[in-house]
Amino acid sequence: MSSKDVILGRIRSALSSGVDAPEIPRDYRRGEAKVDLDLLVERLTDYKAVVHRISAEKSGISAAILEILAEGTVVVPPGLPTDWLPEALEAIVDDGLTAEQIAATDGVVTAAAVAIVETGTIVLDASPDQGRRIISLLPDLHICVLRPEQVVASVPEGVARLDPRRPLTWISGPSATSDIELNRVEGVHGPRNLHVILLAA
Amino acid sequence: MRIALFATCLADTMFPAAAKATVLLLERLGHEVVFPAEQTCCGQMHINTGYQKDALPLVRRHVRTFEPYDVIVAPSGSCVGSVRHQHAMVAGADAGLAARATSVASRTFELSELLIDVLGVEDVGAYFPHRVTYHPTCHSLRVLRVGDKPLRLLRNVRGLDLVELPDAEQCCGFGGTFSVKNADTSTAMLADKMRHVLDTGADVCTAGDASCLMHIGGGLSRLRTGVRTVHLAEILASTEAS
Amino acid sequence: MTFLGMPARAPRGVGHLRGDESFPVAARKALANSQLRRNLQHATTTIRGKSGRVIAELPDWQELRSAGSALKAYTMARLPELLEQLEENVTAAGGVVHWAADANEANRIVTDLVRQTGERRVIKVKSMATQEIGLNEALEAAGITPVETDLAELIVQLGNDKPSHILVPAIHRNRSEIREIFLKAMPDVDPGLTDDPPVLAAAARRYLRETFLSTKVAVSGANFAIAETGTLAVVESEGNGRMCLTLPETLITVMGIEKLVPKWSDLEVFLQLLPRASTGERMNPYTSMWTGVTPGDGPQAFHLVLLDNGRTAVLADEVGRQALHCIRCSACLNVCPVYERTGGHAYGSVYPGPIGAVLSPQLTGVADNPSLPYASSLCGACFDACPVKIDIPSILVHLRNQAPHPRTEAAVMAAAAYTMDRPKLYASAQRAAKLARIAGRRGRGLPPPLNGWSASRDLPSPPKETFRDWWRSR
Ligand code: SF4
Repeated sequence: MSSKDVILGRIRSALSSGVDAPEIPRDYRRGEAKVDLDLLVERLTDYKAVVHRISAEKSGISAAILEILAEGTVVVPPGLPTDWLPEALEAIVDDGLTAEQIAATDGVVTAAAVAIVETGTIVLDASPDQGRRIISLLPDLHICVLRPEQVVASVPEGVARLDPRRPLTWISGPSATSDIELNRVEGVHGPRNLHVILLAA
Repeated sequence: MRIALFATCLADTMFPAAAKATVLLLERLGHEVVFPAEQTCCGQMHINTGYQKDALPLVRRHVRTFEPYDVIVAPSGSCVGSVRHQHAMVAGADAGLAARATSVASRTFELSELLIDVLGVEDVGAYFPHRVTYHPTCHSLRVLRVGDKPLRLLRNVRGLDLVELPDAEQCCGFGGTFSVKNADTSTAMLADKMRHVLDTGADVCTAGDASCLMHIGGGLSRLRTGVRTVHLAEILASTEAS
Repeated sequence: MTFLGMPARAPRGVGHLRGDESFPVAARKALANSQLRRNLQHATTTIRGKSGRVIAELPDWQELRSAGSALKAYTMARLPELLEQLEENVTAAGGVVHWAADANEANRIVTDLVRQTGERRVIKVKSMATQEIGLNEALEAAGITPVETDLAELIVQLGNDKPSHILVPAIHRNRSEIREIFLKAMPDVDPGLTDDPPVLAAAARRYLRETFLSTKVAVSGANFAIAETGTLAVVESEGNGRMCLTLPETLITVMGIEKLVPKWSDLEVFLQLLPRASTGERMNPYTSMWTGVTPGDGPQAFHLVLLDNGRTAVLADEVGRQALHCIRCSACLNVCPVYERTGGHAYGSVYPGPIGAVLSPQLTGVADNPSLPYASSLCGACFDACPVKIDIPSILVHLRNQAPHPRTEAAVMAAAAYTMDRPKLYASAQRAAKLARIAGRRGRGLPPPLNGWSASRDLPSPPKETFRDWWRSR
């Protein structure tokens, strides 16, 4: 008898006296709510992300990036619009770079899939403009460009927009730990600097 | 109103003043109090120590004794908590007893609940010229959810200077047989509770449970702090005359 | 067949669910350590404040708790179907599912999987399940080095210490102790290391960087597994989780069978409950979710080990089974007045605090952890704090009923019940002032086993008359 059969048999016997599956009360806030970009900025900033708000014009993106990083190399996903990048930076497109190559760059620029106002969270889903998970992990600086239509108010709306078949990375501020006296301290293994460029609505 | 008193075994035996005060207070408010003599103990100590089987006859007795009454009061959050949340469970397979226990429980009130929710009084006309701090006992607070009812009653007592207890919602460390089985931990919890009581500068610490007061009072007395523990019922029963 | 008879508990001789001494004995030692008590008090006070503030931001916290509680109850009721659904979806997405009936089998499966890769080192993300089964010891015995990458786990590993908290295993250490540990045990550490928390975090970053980049196998736990999609989720802060889940070629995830969630959309509940209840954040810095294998991105071999190790025995207990709803947030530890004073080591199991007091005895059988159900004053703070509304006090009371009772105590209890069921006998016992005689003069001590009580508290002097006497004489 396989262990699977053993375990399933034990479970069925444990439940044999009859256990009802309850209705799930869904009276918490679920529906679509108004997006408050100011609150998003406040929540991101509260967890030590640096937010740059720019006008709706795409041309502002490269200027904003340049303000964050004046020189050096950045790794970028293959689907990132090339006009986002300032010429002063050397962009290395990830076409299967090694971990060492990625770790040696000064930063990474990605887009995002979803952002959640209430928690100050951005979510990457490895789409072509966000790339493999590794590229947003090893560089010490992550610059994430966010469009207003990607922003939702709450966690339920965020979950509803995401596709679980894609690898997802939820990011709320730079890498941090609560392991020393239970206070949040920024800067452990993930990028220690998180900059969010938020386009105006 | 005719009210049956469940004195609780601890008050009956060791702290009769709390039970007497309950009687005198309710009579002063114009109610009739009866004391069904067949009552003994709700069985909480047995239940909470792991002796449910021994507790079953006590639950049966309690239900039988109080069944005839429409309103039952006890000067103890913890005993009312046991009646309300444990008796039906102890009755277990005896569905008839469980239903009767649930019915008795629905008519059983802790003193501050009775006064405010049933009798609708917040000012019981008491006089108690002391600096008092109130410890919300865990079972009043988290099992019965009496909330600020005791504080509302205390605020209406003339002459009483109510001072807030820091970290009030932390357990005093009594926990019934916990204080025996885990005496060291219980003592450590008590030490913090006493420190907070002393920090208030109160000369009286009150609560709705004689058991927790016995524990806190025992510690305060050992340290010769001069702070007394007085049951809520006794404060509410006090008048200029007394 | 065994499962038709006695419920299968976590086996002895492997893993970390049983302590060497009883709770009161271990607690006494911990209570004597004033540094430990200061550290714990500071840390738990901090986290209670943080958590309270972010919970207060949500107008629907109670509704979320009710939904979380119902979702877990639903999952338990449908566990066989949901587990099979999970297996199907993980497999379809390129993962391999293994079933482990107990700690020994899980350790064997993981060890064999690592061996097959030919690697001698694995990186680990903090996981309660692998601590429970003693996976590190099993790997070491097979010549494989497990490297803990979570900061607190690292502090514990470098300090040759034991974890004392579900979420922050080194909660019993303060910053200056952590500095000492790093100076002593961390290779190539900067001798000028200060005890500034960001400096300590940076030291850990430097120390583990090379290991992350060069290790080909990772072992993780999981916070959630979604049956509907086969998706796994790991909730973390530091990015060590992302490193382990992204960089290696092979990922092995060990997960208790109760960690299941029915649908993808159900995460909308748990991702609100968990961070606010655990670290007191609106959202933890990083959460990773993956479904099987993604070609070209992350580990190309994924194994999921589903662990029983006593969980089905817990499920068989109608009252106790709600302990399986736990999402390991540690809120109950942080609010527990007993935990705050004794710390986690006193519980003797990797699961300390209120949840440990109800989970460990059920996983092992109460006889193997008989003092844990009594390690609580039943104050109820844990129940109020629990984001999935586990009624821990009721489970404690229930387990006390199954615990072996000392013979004298049982005799006293039976005698007391006998007396209390006979009002005349009871009244004469009162009148004969039996209690008063035991109590003796005010302030005098009680005989054993009650002397622990009177060691630090005076007993009240027995009243002149009982209430009953007064009533009769009115
Ligand atoms: S029992 Fe509840 S409060 Fe305690 S760790 Fe589990 S989920 Fe959190």
